[in-house]
Amino acid sequence: MSASDVSRTGQIGNVLLQVEHASLTFGGVKALTDICFDVREREIRAIIGPNGAGKSSLLNLINGVYTPVAGTISYRGQVRKRMHPVDAARMGIARTFQSLALFKGMSVLDNIMTGRTLRMRSGLLAQALRIGPAAREEIEHRKVVEGIIDFLEIQPYRRQPVGMLPYGLQKRVDLGRALALEPQLLLLDEPMAGMNLEEKQDMCRFILDVNDEFGTTIVLIEHDMGVVMDISDRVVVLDYGRKIGDGTPNEVHANRDVINAYLGIAH
Amino acid sequence: MSSAIVARLRQHWPVVLLATLLAAGLAAPLATGVATTGFFLEVLLGGLMAGVLYSLVALGFVLIYKASGVFNFAQGAMVLFAALATARLAEHMPLALAAALALLLMIGFAVIVERLVLRPLVNQSAVALLMATLGISTFLEGFGQAVWGNDIYRIDLGLPKEPMIVGAQRFAGGILISREDLAAAIVVGALVLVLGLFFQKTATGRALRAVADDHLAAQAIGIPLNRIWVIVWSVAGFVALIAGLVWGSKLGVQFSLSQVALKGLPVAILGGLTSVPGAILGGLIIGVGEKFAEVFLGQALARWFHLEGGGIEQWFAYVLVLAFLLVRPEGLFGERHIDRV
Amino acid sequence: MNATSTASDASGALMLYRENGQFKTSYAADQQLLPIAQDRWFMVALIAFCFFAVPLIASDYVLRALVIPFLILTIAAIGLNILVGYCGQISLGSAGFMGVGAYVAYNLTVRVPQLNFLVVLLLSGGSAALVGIAFGTPSLRIKGLYLAVATLAAQFFLDWAFARLPWFTADSPSGSVSTNPIELLGWRVERPVDKYLLVLGLLCLLTLAGKNLSRSHIGRSWMATRDMDVAAEVIGVRPIVAKLSAFAVSSFYAGVAGALWGFIHLGSWEPAAFSVTMSLNLLFMIIIGGLGSMVGSFFGAAFFVLLPLLLNRIPGMLGIDLSTAMKSHMEAMIFGGLIVIFLAIEPHGLARLWAIGKEKLRIWPFPH
Repeated sequence: MSASDVSRTGQIGNVLLQVEHASLTFGGVKALTDICFDVREREIRAIIGPNGAGKSSLLNLINGVYTPVAGTISYRGQVRKRMHPVDAARMGIARTFQSLALFKGMSVLDNIMTGRTLRMRSGLLAQALRIGPAAREEIEHRKVVEGIIDFLEIQPYRRQPVGMLPYGLQKRVDLGRALALEPQLLLLDEPMAGMNLEEKQDMCRFILDVNDEFGTTIVLIEHDMGVVMDISDRVVVLDYGRKIGDGTPNEVHANRDVINAYLGIAH
Repeated sequence: MSSAIVARLRQHWPVVLLATLLAAGLAAPLATGVATTGFFLEVLLGGLMAGVLYSLVALGFVLIYKASGVFNFAQGAMVLFAALATARLAEHMPLALAAALALLLMIGFAVIVERLVLRPLVNQSAVALLMATLGISTFLEGFGQAVWGNDIYRIDLGLPKEPMIVGAQRFAGGILISREDLAAAIVVGALVLVLGLFFQKTATGRALRAVADDHLAAQAIGIPLNRIWVIVWSVAGFVALIAGLVWGSKLGVQFSLSQVALKGLPVAILGGLTSVPGAILGGLIIGVGEKFAEVFLGQALARWFHLEGGGIEQWFAYVLVLAFLLVRPEGLFGERHIDRV
Repeated sequence: MNATSTASDASGALMLYRENGQFKTSYAADQQLLPIAQDRWFMVALIAFCFFAVPLIASDYVLRALVIPFLILTIAAIGLNILVGYCGQISLGSAGFMGVGAYVAYNLTVRVPQLNFLVVLLLSGGSAALVGIAFGTPSLRIKGLYLAVATLAAQFFLDWAFARLPWFTADSPSGSVSTNPIELLGWRVERPVDKYLLVLGLLCLLTLAGKNLSRSHIGRSWMATRDMDVAAEVIGVRPIVAKLSAFAVSSFYAGVAGALWGFIHLGSWEPAAFSVTMSLNLLFMIIIGGLGSMVGSFFGAAFFVLLPLLLNRIPGMLGIDLSTAMKSHMEAMIFGGLIVIFLAIEPHGLARLWAIGKEKLRIWPFPH
């Protein structure tokens, strides 16, 4: 099923995220220059581009890890100049990391449970004594996390330390942890890097299911063109920190500038 | 003042605030008339001379950190060990020979540390290495006292003990300068400059800096990591010996020497941990600050809060550095650390 | 339904320690502290033994010189483990917080003598927690090695405060204080057995609390902050909450342990009792025992208390005569040396060796 089905485009809603003239510099390095694009509710937006184009930096901008030196980012209509990652999480933005920032000292179950931290309210004393609200909370959120574990088909591994799992499974745990936030906007940084064909198909299935069942808007960075063409609704192309393409997969696929950026221009 | 400078100051306002507070604290005794100009200068000079010694120990830290990325908490214990060895050996032979033997012991220590600690722990985190140096520190203190004994021992450097009085005409009573301190300060100051130059200008110094920047790259161009580490720890051992001699001569060789020498650590951090000029400047700042705090702040506390006994020197260096780290985590001349995700 | 047991074996009758057949049918059951039945029986037996048997068999000397200090140091070690092992923040000032607890407790018993000792302990722990939060605030801006030096600032400053600030020492010179025996609702805690039972009870409570904290959302926040603090922030763990709560809880434990150390173990003390040497000893205890592990704190404290004992007995058995000073030097050497060895070979300490042993026991008598 191609993502450009009519039934899918019918679901896509209003603008959820708007990036306007955002620029980001590190010391002397211009990571991003004058980036403008938007993301609509319930769509799957891909960000592609050669290595070093600034894709991860863009994601970091969106969820507040970096602050733009110019331009604004508005989420759900609210403009924010400066945002802390914790605020982003509170507002319903979750993300995975290219280099798998899993908590190596904890099990799969605990890693995903950390995603529920924002929603767990019990105080220190209640937790220390494991009474009443603390105990109930623990079980309540365990149920949600088990649902995610079932969804991602990683039940046999729930108690294993994540550091011992194969790479593909670790990526699923990373996704699970992000899903535990019940996010409105999910940012995926190369979710399929280093996977074989089977694993990629599984991951695609998960991403589409998340989008379908929960209506989560997805922004993903991806290098595999086949995946991009198959599952994304719209695509943004970056090169050297600038936007050089924006449109449906087919439009972008035919864009001269994009082709040149990837293949190089003959001199 | 030009607007660019003002803008800069406003951007770094916490550092400016701290610096202003410190300067005010420094000038206060003179401004409020609590101290005569003569006495003020006396304390200032005393602080500078003490600071030179801190700079020396801090250099030892900086060298080890730059070359092996290790935070050497054992530096204080190394000073104690070197001083103990020299003091005890000097009971049976001339001081110079004793010191030379002690230096050999420190080089041996460097070799052992490289083989038994640095190599096995090469892949572990900086925190693990720090804890390992804590272990080395405890071990060395115990070992030193087990072998050399735990009384107070004397080191006689042959320096004149009577202080000299300068400027008796201009300042009432003149300024008291300890000849011992002055001689020590001159020698150590020269040593600090030599080490600094060695690091910046010579080929070995460059190799050390290369190793500090990137272990793997340095190895890739053929720099022998292990030998570099032995060299660096030996130089730090030499630094410890000198510091041990000077402090041992002043304070007597005893267990508390270890804690005094450990103050080189906050000095190194104040300077920026990877900066040689920073270690020098940091030592001077802390030397002066500590002296002023002990003398004038102590007086003030005794007068206003009836707090007796001093002892401010115990913690002033650390609290000062703590305050500084809060406004400028990378120290005076250190490099900013950015977390990439 | 979540089955967490392993597959059975035809000759499984030989295997004593296994979870075979113990299926959990609810999350609550799965989340028990001791899900394996054999562990539960063992714990009940152990606690019964400690409360009922030990007072009958242990001599006063053993209680006073070994067991009581072991129990109190375990409390402090658990506290430090929460900060360093679970939350990944280095602290070289833990003894300073113990001192806060001890001196606050002393002040309270002197100025408000009618206060119940348990309340005194609570307030001592609370004060230590507040001081811990204050000195822990730098951890929000500085990390790792720099934080170690900042905590040293706390330690040395508190050293000075205990000796010089008359409020702390209730006007006793140079901070030396001396205490009276504790009275708890008519029970005079004087004999070693009484002291043992009091400390044992407190330790059980505090261990349970600590274990529960490490398993709930605050514990996971601590571990997330330790493992990857940027990622932790991204999923909504606020660093200020995680780090300062770790400092607070850790200092609370230290404060209670300090008060107990002063009142029950030492009786009278001076500021040097809570110096940087004790801080380093606590750190070494949890490294050797096992960072990030409750049972590791027990191992580390036990090791620390047993080492001088061994040093007292073994040289005698070998016919070597060592002075007291020499013994303490050797202690320092062995302790320091072991730190390096453990860091190089088994960074997870004795707790990991214990866990490996249990794993082998699960499949005993089969090799694999």
